Amino acid sequence: MSEKLLDVKNLVVNFKMRSGEVTAIDNVSFSLLKGEKFGLVGESGAGKSVTGFSIIKLISKPGYIKSGEILFKNNDLAKLDYESIRKIRGNRISMIFQDPMMTLNPVLTIGTQMIETLMAHKNISKSEARKIAVEKLKKVHIPSPEKRLEQYPHEFSGGMRQRIIIAISLLTDPELIIADEPTTALDVTIQAEIMELLLQLCDSMGMGLILITHDLAVVSQVTDRMAVMYAGKIIEEGNTLEIIENPKHPYTEGLIAALPESASTKEKLNQIPGNMPGLGKIPEGCSFHPRCTKMMDICLTEVPELKEYKKLHRKISCHLYNEKEQ
Amino acid sequence: MMDKISKFRSSYLWYSFKNDKFAIASFLVFMLLLIIAVFAPLISPYNPYSPDNIFILNAEMPPFWIDGGSKEFLLGTDDQGRDLLSTMIYGLRISIMIGIGAVLLQAILGIIIGLISGYVGGKIDSFFMRLADVQLSFSYLMVAIFLSAIFKAAFGVGTFGEVAVPFLIIVIGLAQWPQYARTVRASVLAEKEKEYVQAARVTGFGSVKIMWSHILPNCLSPIFVLSTIQVANAVMSEAALSFLGLGMPVTRPSLGSLINSGFEYIFSGSWWITAFPGIVLVILVLSVNMLGDWLRDTLNPKLYKG
Repeated sequence: MSEKLLDVKNLVVNFKMRSGEVTAIDNVSFSLLKGEKFGLVGESGAGKSVTGFSIIKLISKPGYIKSGEILFKNNDLAKLDYESIRKIRGNRISMIFQDPMMTLNPVLTIGTQMIETLMAHKNISKSEARKIAVEKLKKVHIPSPEKRLEQYPHEFSGGMRQRIIIAISLLTDPELIIADEPTTALDVTIQAEIMELLLQLCDSMGMGLILITHDLAVVSQVTDRMAVMYAGKIIEEGNTLEIIENPKHPYTEGLIAALPESASTKEKLNQIPGNMPGLGKIPEGCSFHPRCTKMMDICLTEVPELKEYKKLHRKISCHLYNEKEQ
Repeated sequence: MMDKISKFRSSYLWYSFKNDKFAIASFLVFMLLLIIAVFAPLISPYNPYSPDNIFILNAEMPPFWIDGGSKEFLLGTDDQGRDLLSTMIYGLRISIMIGIGAVLLQAILGIIIGLISGYVGGKIDSFFMRLADVQLSFSYLMVAIFLSAIFKAAFGVGTFGEVAVPFLIIVIGLAQWPQYARTVRASVLAEKEKEYVQAARVTGFGSVKIMWSHILPNCLSPIFVLSTIQVANAVMSEAALSFLGLGMPVTRPSLGSLINSGFEYIFSGSWWITAFPGIVLVILVLSVNMLGDWLRDTLNPKLYKG
């Protein structure tokens, strides 16, 4: 087995609100092998993005990492000071955001933004940085990159901007890329193209990828393993294809049943009734029980633990599965 | 360079300028005044600072088209017997110098404070913004009266005359920095929530770098617009201070102190000493304000998105 690139252990992220502290990420653990592609799936507000941001310690103010470890190559990022974490951000770990229209600074040329990123992390001259920038733009299939460096973000299409953002995230040859819904703002044909490109780059450069998305189709195409999050917790984790084909947790089942492809024609689309609870109002017991179709008495009172079930090759947090199946 | 020029020619700024007669006219007028001010020693017929040109027998001569006027002094002479045209040209120079200098000082102070309080927020933000409130509740006239009284008492009136220009720049600059700080802070608050700032943080840039080279360039259009208005304001403030006798001394008059010195003679019929500097002041302020209006319309992101 190859070495672990990232190992998140018992991560708890709290937000200090006026009404008191709320837990956004509750005891989340997962790990990533070198070059592995991992998907984090869930509804809006499940804590996917907060998990992604907390890996590089970028949770904005009321939020903070309360406990847990974030081991990146056996180095605990949660304990690093500001200066040391800055050397890792954008250098060893890069991040790609949702909206390529917003992520690039509108008043700086692409070249300026790429070169300053390189020069912030590497001790190289401007002309060397330029060379690397051109090379990375070629890698993401931007035609005539030398000319393109002089242009401003508004001179590019959405798909091209996202490719440029990918090129920027590749500049320092990171070992891990966190992609936070990288294709949500793009149309479907471009989505496929971008995911294909990202996948191919990860494979050829041996980078790890954490893909944060609500799009199950994208996850199933790209990732090796996935975790489903609900109300700040991981409720099911395992091999991507196995989970998609044979979901075990009622929430995952619901999610997959809600895909348009799952419903037969002329029928109404399936949905999971209700909404995800707000952070302050997480119900007692299993947080999913008010919406669950298979609710039992125990779900009202006892919080299920995320346990490994060897027979099923995955971890599930649900009372439906008991010790015998482990 | 050629590339930059052709880019500018195809920009919206140039397009809008080309099609706005008021913008072109006010720009030309402002440039004309600026050129006159810069090349004052070459253009003006006399040097009003030279004691040779103070000749009391020539005092209060009317403009040349009125009886008693002379072609020697086109716009007449002031109460000291100096050529009014030359004195106005030099006065224009001082007014513009103080206007631009004070705005630079305001801008530097205001931008730095606005960036920091907008970006950092919290207690630092509250501190600077309350400081701005306090500053704005003082009238700049009062500050100027205090400071100049203290200065004149400490160093004498003669020394004050020598440092009057930097003194006025500092007084007007200090009085008006909150305008900039508030404008910049408001833009920073809007910009810092945008994803490119988050992306810059993810890239590992430090706060100073993010503030200076990522957020500030995005806040430039309100700063430009404010600057034109503030230049006009500063010129007027200087004129007001000089009119009250707190500004430029009679030996080196600005437009404001010329208006003031003529004011005493207006009832004896020497209207030109007040009128001509007044007209130049109005033209200067009007052209700057109209340029500012046009700039505000052009750079307003609600009217145009680029």
